[in-house]
Amino acid sequence: MSSTHHPAFVHHFENLGEQKEAATFGMWVFIAQEILFFGGLFGAYAVYRNLHPDAFYYGSHHLNIPLGAFNTAVLICSSLTMALGVHAAALGKRTQIVGWLLATVFLGSVFLGIKVVEYKEKFDHHLVPGTSFDASQLHMESIEDPALLAKSQKAAQIYYSLYFAMTGLHALHMIIGIPIILWIAARAWLGQFGPEYHSPVEITGLYWHFVDIVWIFLFPLLYLIPKPH
Amino acid sequence: MWSFPLFPDQASTLASKVDALYFFLIAISIFFSILIAVLVVGLAIKYRRRSDDEKPPAIHGSLLLELTWTLIPAGIVLVIFVWSAEVYFSAVRVPKNAIEVQAVGKRWMWKIQHMTGKREINELHVPVGVPVKVTLTSEDVIHSFFIPAFRVKKDAVPGRYNTMWFEATKTGKYHLFCAEYCGTKHSGMIGTVYVMEPDAYQAWLGGEQAGASLAGAGEKLFTDLACITCHRGDSGARGPDLAGLFGKPVKLASGETVTADETYLRESIVQPAAKIVEGYQPIMPTFQGLLSEEQLLQLVAYIQGMKAEVKDEAAAPAAGAAAPSTGAR
Amino acid sequence: MQTEVVTTNSEDAAPGNGLDRENYINAKHGIWSWLLTTDHKRIAILYLITITLMFFLGGAFAAGVRLELMTPKGDLVDSDAYNKLFTMHGIVMVFFFLIPSIPAVLGNFLIPIMIGAKDLAFPKINLLSWYIYMAGAAFFMVATLFGGVETGWTFYTPYSTAFSHTNVILAAVGIFISGFSSILTGLNFIVTIHKMRAPGLTWFRMPLFVWAHYATSLIQILGTPVVAVTILMVAVERLLKLGLFDPALGGDPILFQHLFWFYSHPAVYIMILPGMGVMSELITAFTRKRVFGYEFIAISSLAIAVVGFLVWGHHMFVSGQSTYAGMVFSALSFLVAIPSAVKVFNWSATLYKGSVSWESPMMYAIGFIGLFTIGGLTGLFLAAMGLDIHMHDTYFVVAHFHYIMVGGAIFAYLGGIHFWWPKITGRMYPEYWARVAAVLVFAGFNLTFFPQFVVGYLGMPRRYHAYPDEFQVLNVMSTAGASLLGIAYLIPMLYLTWSLFAGKKAPANPWGAKGLEWTIQSPPTTFNFEHQPVVTEEAYAYAEGHDTTHDPAAPPAQAHA
Repeated sequence: MSSTHHPAFVHHFENLGEQKEAATFGMWVFIAQEILFFGGLFGAYAVYRNLHPDAFYYGSHHLNIPLGAFNTAVLICSSLTMALGVHAAALGKRTQIVGWLLATVFLGSVFLGIKVVEYKEKFDHHLVPGTSFDASQLHMESIEDPALLAKSQKAAQIYYSLYFAMTGLHALHMIIGIPIILWIAARAWLGQFGPEYHSPVEITGLYWHFVDIVWIFLFPLLYLIPKPH
Repeated sequence: MWSFPLFPDQASTLASKVDALYFFLIAISIFFSILIAVLVVGLAIKYRRRSDDEKPPAIHGSLLLELTWTLIPAGIVLVIFVWSAEVYFSAVRVPKNAIEVQAVGKRWMWKIQHMTGKREINELHVPVGVPVKVTLTSEDVIHSFFIPAFRVKKDAVPGRYNTMWFEATKTGKYHLFCAEYCGTKHSGMIGTVYVMEPDAYQAWLGGEQAGASLAGAGEKLFTDLACITCHRGDSGARGPDLAGLFGKPVKLASGETVTADETYLRESIVQPAAKIVEGYQPIMPTFQGLLSEEQLLQLVAYIQGMKAEVKDEAAAPAAGAAAPSTGAR
Repeated sequence: MQTEVVTTNSEDAAPGNGLDRENYINAKHGIWSWLLTTDHKRIAILYLITITLMFFLGGAFAAGVRLELMTPKGDLVDSDAYNKLFTMHGIVMVFFFLIPSIPAVLGNFLIPIMIGAKDLAFPKINLLSWYIYMAGAAFFMVATLFGGVETGWTFYTPYSTAFSHTNVILAAVGIFISGFSSILTGLNFIVTIHKMRAPGLTWFRMPLFVWAHYATSLIQILGTPVVAVTILMVAVERLLKLGLFDPALGGDPILFQHLFWFYSHPAVYIMILPGMGVMSELITAFTRKRVFGYEFIAISSLAIAVVGFLVWGHHMFVSGQSTYAGMVFSALSFLVAIPSAVKVFNWSATLYKGSVSWESPMMYAIGFIGLFTIGGLTGLFLAAMGLDIHMHDTYFVVAHFHYIMVGGAIFAYLGGIHFWWPKITGRMYPEYWARVAAVLVFAGFNLTFFPQFVVGYLGMPRRYHAYPDEFQVLNVMSTAGASLLGIAYLIPMLYLTWSLFAGKKAPANPWGAKGLEWTIQSPPTTFNFEHQPVVTEEAYAYAEGHDTTHDPAAPPAQAHA
């Protein structure tokens, strides 16, 4: 079997095809695990949005929707460049792989940069949960009922806890993803990938698409909450 | 040495039902344990290896046997399920004529208040032969109110009211335990339940009247807090009429219907906006942090008793607790 | 069906003992050859050493608990110390011993060999799992050194988030980290089982040990992340006072219980399913007979894994959850009993017309069937809502899950360790002492935990430092049993360690058992197989020519001390 002489072949597999299948399947299983990992937070989100609809509405009102929407577009573009990178890898076009991967890294960094701007805004407005949290920033005065107002002001902290937990965890996944893509790009530059072997590019692509899809759910759930009743 | 108990006192109407199910399950367990033990040990001895060259036959299995030992256990667990659900329902459905007791868990004691306003700590006096409903909440962590002799237990969860009931059948002293781990003196959060003859109970209850009855205290609060200004009961009132409300379905502005139970009443005082009654504006202020758990229970007891105009206090459900505020810590 | 496992290598056909040849143990030398190894067998050894240490640490905590409970008054240690003892016993045993035990040691060692592979799919990730486990354990040990933790292993809110004054964050982070070790092990197993089976090894020819680990891995992948994020929420809530589980701030303490048990009930099956896999191997090997109802045992593992995800609410029958939710959870919990019963009956039926030898691993297997039956049947008591009201959080529950976790999982673990010890180390252990230990473990275990059923129904709540006088006799029995059990656990430690140096050299197949692992030398070489094995028959095909694999030079009877 010629594929067993490929430099990337790891001896304990039967052949390169089995190695590639194992790697891809492993990434899918990992993604299943990731879905459940985010799932715990989505579950808590569902329970608390149901308990405190007003707090979630007013909390989300304070997020920067244009920036969030722009970031969504940036991430979708980065998925596209990633897909083009994987395509180039399948064709074995070295400079194209590197180009598309670097474009993906650039877009990912833009996303994170904008996220930093958004986080800083929240920090300046005392909307980071903890002792300095100040719900008066959320302009909930339009809630007429004082009891609901008091309840929502408390629960707003839960909204922001979930906001930071979910977007933070998502950002952490991107922060882990970017160096991996850079590493893959370096390997591509060294000419390690070709039509016969490019599964590292492929599974990195899978991971990156998963991270994007999580954001596609996070954006409407956190930013676009309609007014209750 | 051998004079220790193997079986707990049976001192409530529920106890015999629970025990009947328990004995049924023990019988099933003994049957299957012996069956399996005899099968395994018997076969292992009968077919013990006599020579190293033995070549046992290849038996692949038997669909008939597989079905047998799938369906028979399925049938048995179905019977247990139905029976246990039946017992469970009799444990959660509170009889209408139950007298009421309020219990608040606080690390590490049970604070109990009777409908007359009489309070006790880590002791609970109840009459024999009368259903007693206990409404539970907690001031701090989760506790669990457990009386083994009655086979009843319920968690006391901060921020919500759970209820349980029992009817004692035997006078005497019984253990009261906290069954949910709550910290340092969890095992010290125990008390005694005294089941008394009704006469003795009445005497005990009337013995030292500690202030006003629960509902009486609630009525005073109702006036002091000027609840009556809105909850007047006439057509122009800004708040819903509360007389006769308890236990009835309430139609909400959201279109849902809820039952006006203790938890609903408490929530409506602490978080009035959570459930707005259809036809009313969300204008009631919150009383969270302004009323102690104890006062909340008094108010709830009073509102429960507002059945039509005349209602004697004995029938008015009671509530009780001595507790700081539930709200902002 | 007639052909044996086909291998072209003559050494594999009669491999024998490999201690004097090259094997995975002597292939490389030096501490770094172990700490940086990617060989699944060496990683299994790393796990074996660490979880054994954890087992004795958890056992020491248990000893403290049992000694305290000899007298009704809390007189040996104060209540805070007692609360720490039972909490840390639970955390160590559940997260750092039982969850990794069979999968990380026996599964790691055997799964690649059983399916005819040279290693797991991702050897580096396998090593990473061990380091992650060690990092989690290190956090927990630091928490212990700083004074421990006393929330109960269940970390119920709001106690853990707002009231406990102990090292909750450190312990929670330790558990969070070790969870990823479990996830990565599961991931490795699933990919390996899917993609790396030997030619001819179809799904329904796999040993049931592999099936059980496949089901276990599914739970590890789908359950562990949820508890990881939940435990993390507890740590963050505690750090920043967010109000996620604090009713005063709009949170819901019961939500924690839902998220926690969504994982932690399936986690019970992470602990017991691999044990069931071991059982199928032991019973077939020591009856020299095909397992009865292979497909039913295989599928019942998956059924347990799937239904196990739907029963978590039975931990909350008295928390005030809705009556109807309770009924659904109760019904589903009863449903889990059925695949478990199917397994027990199939194992029992396997003995019929077998050639049963009462070797020490088989003694553990027979003990397992009995104790697991009692543990399972008492589970019915607790799934029955009307009874659970009374039994919830009493010693009845403690007794029930120890019958499953110790009577089930640890019996299977010990049975498996003895069964594969010759394969792992190339040495036989003294059979006489192994039988003595098996009998003592069985006796000590029953004396420890059977009285707890009785004292539980009497109403003694769990996690009690002091208790009413009338419970004392039963508690003294329990403590006496625990002392016996403690000694019984030490005996295998001694003779197994002794056997490493002075044990008789083991042949390739001391038990005359079927399975690819018995066709290679003991201990195996680094890549397990010289040539890719090809499987042409079903698992446990004992009737078809066992003489070819059985090594008559070393009949098991000669292994007695």
